[in-house]
Amino acid sequence: MTTTVPRPPGKLTVRDRLFRLAETATTPLLPEDYLDMVAPLRSGAALRGRIVDVRPETRDAATVTIRPGRGWRGHTPGQYVRLGVDVDGVRQWRAYSLTSVPGRPDGLISITVKAIPDGKVSNHLVRRVRPGTIVQLDQAQGDFVQPATAPERVLFVTAGSGVTPVMGMLRAGATGPADVVLVHSAPTPADVVFADELRGLAGRGAIRLVERHTDTDGVLGVAELADLVPDHLDRQTWACGPVGLLDAVEAHWAAHGVADRLHTERFRPTVISPGAGGTVTFTRAGVTAEADGGTALLDVGEEAGVLMPSGCRMGICFGCVVPLREGAVRDLRNGDVTTAVPGDGVLIQTCVSAAAGTCDIDL
Amino acid sequence: MTVMQKKAHNPIAHLTAEDIETLGKELDAIRDRVIASRGESDAAYIRKVISTQRRLELGSRAVLLFSLFPPAWLVGTAGLAVAKILENMEVGHNVLHGQWDWMRDPKIHSTTWEWDHVSPAEQWKHSHNELHHTYTNVIGKDNDLGYGIMRVDEDQRWHPFHLGQPLWNFINACFFEYGIAAYDLELGRNLRKGRHKAPEFRARARAVGRKIRRQFLKDYIVHPLLSGPSFLSTLAATFTANLIRNLWSHSVIMCGHFPEGVETFERRSIQGETRGEWYLRQMLGSANISGSKLMHIMTGNLSFQIEHHLFPDLPSNRYQEVAPEVRALFAKYGLTYTVGPLPKQVASAWWKVIRLSLPNRSTPAPRPADDRPATTPALVEV
Repeated sequence: MTTTVPRPPGKLTVRDRLFRLAETATTPLLPEDYLDMVAPLRSGAALRGRIVDVRPETRDAATVTIRPGRGWRGHTPGQYVRLGVDVDGVRQWRAYSLTSVPGRPDGLISITVKAIPDGKVSNHLVRRVRPGTIVQLDQAQGDFVQPATAPERVLFVTAGSGVTPVMGMLRAGATGPADVVLVHSAPTPADVVFADELRGLAGRGAIRLVERHTDTDGVLGVAELADLVPDHLDRQTWACGPVGLLDAVEAHWAAHGVADRLHTERFRPTVISPGAGGTVTFTRAGVTAEADGGTALLDVGEEAGVLMPSGCRMGICFGCVVPLREGAVRDLRNGDVTTAVPGDGVLIQTCVSAAAGTCDIDL
Repeated sequence: MTVMQKKAHNPIAHLTAEDIETLGKELDAIRDRVIASRGESDAAYIRKVISTQRRLELGSRAVLLFSLFPPAWLVGTAGLAVAKILENMEVGHNVLHGQWDWMRDPKIHSTTWEWDHVSPAEQWKHSHNELHHTYTNVIGKDNDLGYGIMRVDEDQRWHPFHLGQPLWNFINACFFEYGIAAYDLELGRNLRKGRHKAPEFRARARAVGRKIRRQFLKDYIVHPLLSGPSFLSTLAATFTANLIRNLWSHSVIMCGHFPEGVETFERRSIQGETRGEWYLRQMLGSANISGSKLMHIMTGNLSFQIEHHLFPDLPSNRYQEVAPEVRALFAKYGLTYTVGPLPKQVASAWWKVIRLSLPNRSTPAPRPADDRPATTPALVEV
């Protein structure tokens, strides 16, 4: 919205010069503000996407297919994309695993979303959003991916929507020549996302599928893996699901000294007992708010009307990182206290950090 | 209008301190309800206004490429004037108030918005949002009372300079955006106090200079050049559009705090002011303009100046909705809701500017100290 946009250093191209000239005619707006009205997905625009299809997968999950803007640089199976969606008029950013095969001929990408209880964005995407809606995008991110040469023996341990990054890998050919086992938990057979496709893969012998229906069989205990997949510790393992599952597998793999064979993707932070809280000052916004020790600074800032950068809101994407000029924050996941004095250049993730005393945030 | 306590009739003498706090709570409840119900339709509203404004501006400027033809000149000038008014009033003023920050859209946010105006958004936000809205109508604190060049209240001291204030006001109206830029810079005061060399002032003055250059280049060089043979007529068209925008916004803004019936306050009266008393000051210190839906949009809903001053950060499209409830509270607490059609309010404000260019006819006798109502402590403290 302002004419003082930072420009990359270096020589100006003809296009840059033309845009500069156009800026003198559009100031205080930028030429892009007008172009965005007609071509929001054009090359050079802020990355956005247009939803082209929403297809139900189960009673509470849906696959959302998106045409990304021309600036989309593609993804690696297993990665996620940050999505900015306007829900009730408010822009909300969340991260979702990509479930489409990279480089589809039609250029579309898809994410698969499971509506969680009281989940603002997930319920909106599964139940309300209509094709044609424009959403904000970031480039794909994340290191929950397979190496270039797929390992010979692979184990996937997933639960609920944790199967989505794995589906991305399977569709992209992770099964290849490899010996692949997928142990997946869902409340009932009907709750298994991609059930037909997974069972199809299993039927063709491409993977061995172990379905665990927790409503009838109870939650999977990590000790049971020894029976289900006797060689599980020898396999390269990718695990994605709720905190309890991931904590258990991490402890199990570590106890056997093979933590290097385990790759995990966490969907929710582990919340520990709240700390003391304090007065939080957002220096540049000139806003001061009282924060308790159990509320993420991101929520504190948003409540106070500060334009907070945000992303996954679960501590994985670093889209919300801002400088903590001075003060102390406690990581809501593990209780670690981070302190900063001016000049330290300490950056904190506001979505998983709570005030542990007076905080001065450079925002 | 005069400082309340000197009036023969004190408009709040009948209110107890408890009344004022209850009134505050009732207003808080209105505000909370609107905030809880902000949503998709509000977001759609502002996006639609912004998009309409941009299309209108683009279309008008395109028509003005052929401004040599008188019909094109007329249509283009009218369209551009309306676009500029919308941009300043319903969009710029309100976005810069943070009315739309809740959408968390970085493109429509008070921290990133810049407007079609020679005063940089940053400086305007300080003088308007922080000073004027906090110290509304407090003599000596709120520079909006006469913008430092006029006397608009009996209690402002008369100076021979004020003899010319009808003329100053007219010149200010024609070049209002420059007047506001000078006002946001506190140009007069800074020059008087010899602060024009202070680095802080110079940095701000440079920012204004840059903004003026950009605005001038766009309106008076780039677009006329693009018009080729229509250079001069486009230049005249843009000048006219800016003039219309300035006269219009000046008129609307005069109607907000200058008409008869609006109260002013003493500097000491706001010491230790409670939330309820702050609300009460906003209620008595502002005036509305009656009119059609179009009228409200063209004033940026500042026709609901009272509601805007009570709730400066509520989305502007909601002022009309809460106005009946606010008005009912005025009635309930026996206060005067000042409202009138635009011509009447403009005339009233102008008459005051003319009348107060001369010294007061007689100084009102100060009230005896023991006569002041003890129940409204902050507002009547002498």
